[in-house]
Amino acid sequence: MTMILVMLTLFLGGLAAWAIEGLNKDLPRWISIAATLIAALILVPAFFIPGGQFPSVGAQWLEYINLPWIPRFGISFVFAMDGLGLLMVALTVFLGFIAILSSWDEIDHQPGFFQFNLMWTVAGVVGVFTALDLFLFFFFWEVMLIPMYFLIAIWGHENKSYAAMKFFLFTQVSGMIMLVAILTLVLANSTVTGHLTFNYFELLGHGVDAGLSFWIMCGFFVAFVVKLPGFPFHTWLPDAHTQAPTAASVLLAGILLKTGAYGLIRFTVPLFPEAAAEIANFAMALGAIGILYGALLAFAQTDFKRLVAYSSVSHMGFVLVGVFAWTELTLQGSVMQMVAHGFSTAALFMMAGAIQHRIHTRDMAEMGGLWLEAPRMGAIAMFFIIASLGMPGLGNFVGEFLILLGAFAVNKTITIFATLGLVTGAVYALIAMGKVFQGASSQERGIRDFGTREMIAMVPMIAGLTWIGVYPQPVFDLIEPALAGLYELANITGSPWIGSAP
Amino acid sequence: MNLSDLQALLPIITLTSVILVVMMVVAFARNLALTCLCAGIGLVATLTSIVYVSLVSDPGLVTPLLMVDSYALLFSGIIVVAALFICLLAYSYYAIRGEKQDEFTILLLLATLGGVILAHSVHFASFILGLELVGVSLYAMISYPTRGMLSIEAALKYLILSGVSSATILFGIALLFAVTGSLSFDEMAQGISELAPGNVFVLFGATMILAGIGFKLSLVPFHMWTPDVYQGAPVPATAFLATASKGGIFAVLLRFFVSIDGFQYASVIESLFWVALLSIIVGNLLALMQDNLKRILAYSSIAHFGYLLVAFIAASVAGGKLLAIEASIFFLIAYFLTTIGAFGVISVMSSTVATEHDHDQLSQFEGLFWRRPLLATFFSAMLLSLAGIPLTVGFVGKFYIFAAGVESELWTLLVAVVIGSGIGLFYYLRIIFTMTKQTSNSEVIPIPAAGGWALGMVTLLVLALGIYPTPVVEWVSTVAQALS
Repeated sequence: MTMILVMLTLFLGGLAAWAIEGLNKDLPRWISIAATLIAALILVPAFFIPGGQFPSVGAQWLEYINLPWIPRFGISFVFAMDGLGLLMVALTVFLGFIAILSSWDEIDHQPGFFQFNLMWTVAGVVGVFTALDLFLFFFFWEVMLIPMYFLIAIWGHENKSYAAMKFFLFTQVSGMIMLVAILTLVLANSTVTGHLTFNYFELLGHGVDAGLSFWIMCGFFVAFVVKLPGFPFHTWLPDAHTQAPTAASVLLAGILLKTGAYGLIRFTVPLFPEAAAEIANFAMALGAIGILYGALLAFAQTDFKRLVAYSSVSHMGFVLVGVFAWTELTLQGSVMQMVAHGFSTAALFMMAGAIQHRIHTRDMAEMGGLWLEAPRMGAIAMFFIIASLGMPGLGNFVGEFLILLGAFAVNKTITIFATLGLVTGAVYALIAMGKVFQGASSQERGIRDFGTREMIAMVPMIAGLTWIGVYPQPVFDLIEPALAGLYELANITGSPWIGSAP
Repeated sequence: MNLSDLQALLPIITLTSVILVVMMVVAFARNLALTCLCAGIGLVATLTSIVYVSLVSDPGLVTPLLMVDSYALLFSGIIVVAALFICLLAYSYYAIRGEKQDEFTILLLLATLGGVILAHSVHFASFILGLELVGVSLYAMISYPTRGMLSIEAALKYLILSGVSSATILFGIALLFAVTGSLSFDEMAQGISELAPGNVFVLFGATMILAGIGFKLSLVPFHMWTPDVYQGAPVPATAFLATASKGGIFAVLLRFFVSIDGFQYASVIESLFWVALLSIIVGNLLALMQDNLKRILAYSSIAHFGYLLVAFIAASVAGGKLLAIEASIFFLIAYFLTTIGAFGVISVMSSTVATEHDHDQLSQFEGLFWRRPLLATFFSAMLLSLAGIPLTVGFVGKFYIFAAGVESELWTLLVAVVIGSGIGLFYYLRIIFTMTKQTSNSEVIPIPAAGGWALGMVTLLVLALGIYPTPVVEWVSTVAQALS
């Protein structure tokens, strides 16, 4: 029930925020804050649920709900949560909270509707992380797009129409390909077993023949890689992130990208272990290209937000490498990378938004010397830049290190190229830091340093990154059973993974 | 003809008497509110009788012309519901347009009767009766009242092309009659099965009928008239033309094909394949270029009938027939609701000032979100439903199309649907984006009560069936089983 309560709280919170807009322009954001806090409170007991409750679907599951929805097609409300899902939901709710704080005084136009869209995006993503009926999953997959479209299209920057359209088209069209893949899987499965079902647990280990499986797997793969985003499907991301208002950038980078990675881990590989093994090298290569290409393009940007956006392409490339190397080490590393990237990129986008709000530009050439005027901002930016370039002792390092360590055993060549990403990452990150915060200040701007509100948002992220960087074990304890279960699935039902490849 | 036959015909009898009553009312008191009230009550009574008949009557032929079964009642039901909503919209639309507007209601009811007869027809005589009842009423509805050149042009265009297509259909029927000696679908099916396969008369006749129906359903390459007529007609007439009229004709087409098993003719299916493909691609591409909402919706309806044909073609593959029929019916229901909603918004917008042109320019919708949040939300829901986005009934419809296509392995058409939907998103989102723009135009539009409520109910249905479609899914599923 935890998951449904969390979603309901967010959905209703969004509606309430919209409804109350007429009374007071300040109340909506307080309602959103309250809704996320309540959702977080509801979530707390879930961390103490003992495992092994649902032996029928697997011991790693902490919650499992199955109610009929459209019996004609074997579609039901299947919500289930394991450690992986719980971690992702917690990240989502937390970054939802951060997103509200990050756009606290940025939105003057229709603040209630803004908060409504924010809450519904977060709720939709929670649905994506917990729905385990493929129809229901697809439902949430699309539902989270619409409020995000509105966030970009209404409150975005100068080129918002183009960016919003591109974002929606990319994800929707790839989503439709996934819908065709889902239907093909379900109908092909029903010819084998004789009954229609969209239930993830019943579809695991389906008997669809290898040739068809491969094409179905490609449908899933494309949808998730577009969202991730992996090279060459990443082109929507820089536009969407740059044009979106700060809160939407935080959500996009922090959690929407994670849905793609989550989909690969939860669906693509476990449902089609053999087919996924066939393209594993190709996918890892795409990941490595993404790492280097993203870093290269980030290096060439003059727009601060665009730079952070391309750095996301680079960082999510590691996740793609990690998932398709498919060892327990790389899976743990990928999840860790997702969490750490969620924190560090959300913080950097918030920083970019804060700077834009103060000096009304995103052009790094017009910045410089900001540290002198706003030392707190400078120090915090330094921290997150360092974190995102992979400094040992912070979360991102743990993720990237585990991925590279595990992937090296699987494919040396690709791993070596991927490792270069750590170097290029340092180059663009430090250059950005230098251009924005260091050097001489060109003019006296009189900008305001971070106040209490911003610090409330930043401090937990700093603490979180340091914590998982220094002592990541609690996170591993949480996700280990879930990942072990997924790992087993792919190895029992399919052929052995390509672990022995050169 | 005995009592149980009369009972089975209750919906048609009710509707016919409602028309007579409304005519009398108009003769004595020309009052639009009263006329619409009578029509509305009459339509509700018809709906009640449909429900009653579906509960008590066994399916069966009533006279050789009409078949009263769950399929006929389902289509009659949705056509009457559509007419009810359009009646409410039409009241608001005409209430501000001066006197002497009552006859529109009568025409609307007549056209509805035609649609209901189409839904029941298993015989070419009743088919033509229904078809012409709808058609002739629509000629008058489109040019009603004469508001200038545009609606006259539209009506004339529709008159000529509809006449030509009816003639084409009649010619096709004559050919089939020539070789089988019967006009009833069942007897015709028997006659055809006794002929050698690939009989030229049968193929030619079926093709002529399909071409004629293609005109009525505005499928590519028979679509030229659609945007002009949609644009020229007053919005309530457009809404009826786009939904009830096309829906009734599709109901006959589907029943006819199931009866004579037209799905076995590879050449017919082959040509339908190209028609579907072209409708999806051409409809969506042409919609991109438009700045007039009625024209956008016209082209989008061409594309939607292309999607519908995908399900229809899916019925030709053994094993996929049942799902395909279900998909066609459900998609049509979704299309009905969404299209009425979309035209409903334009109708409500046009119900404030009696201008010669309807309120249908894209620029007139700028900033609607901030001027009329509720109306804009309704419209967004409709557009998202047309685009097939979840939470709306349009998504379930699209899901059905995909399911039918996958089951019958129509990969080429599915690719076309994906591409078409992608292009579709572009122009639907463009409208939504226009509505979210901040403009200086702060003209606040009062929402008329009747139209507003109708629109609200449609939106509610679109969302409710998008979230919990199960009752309709089950219903459609039993109807499809009964049909095939």
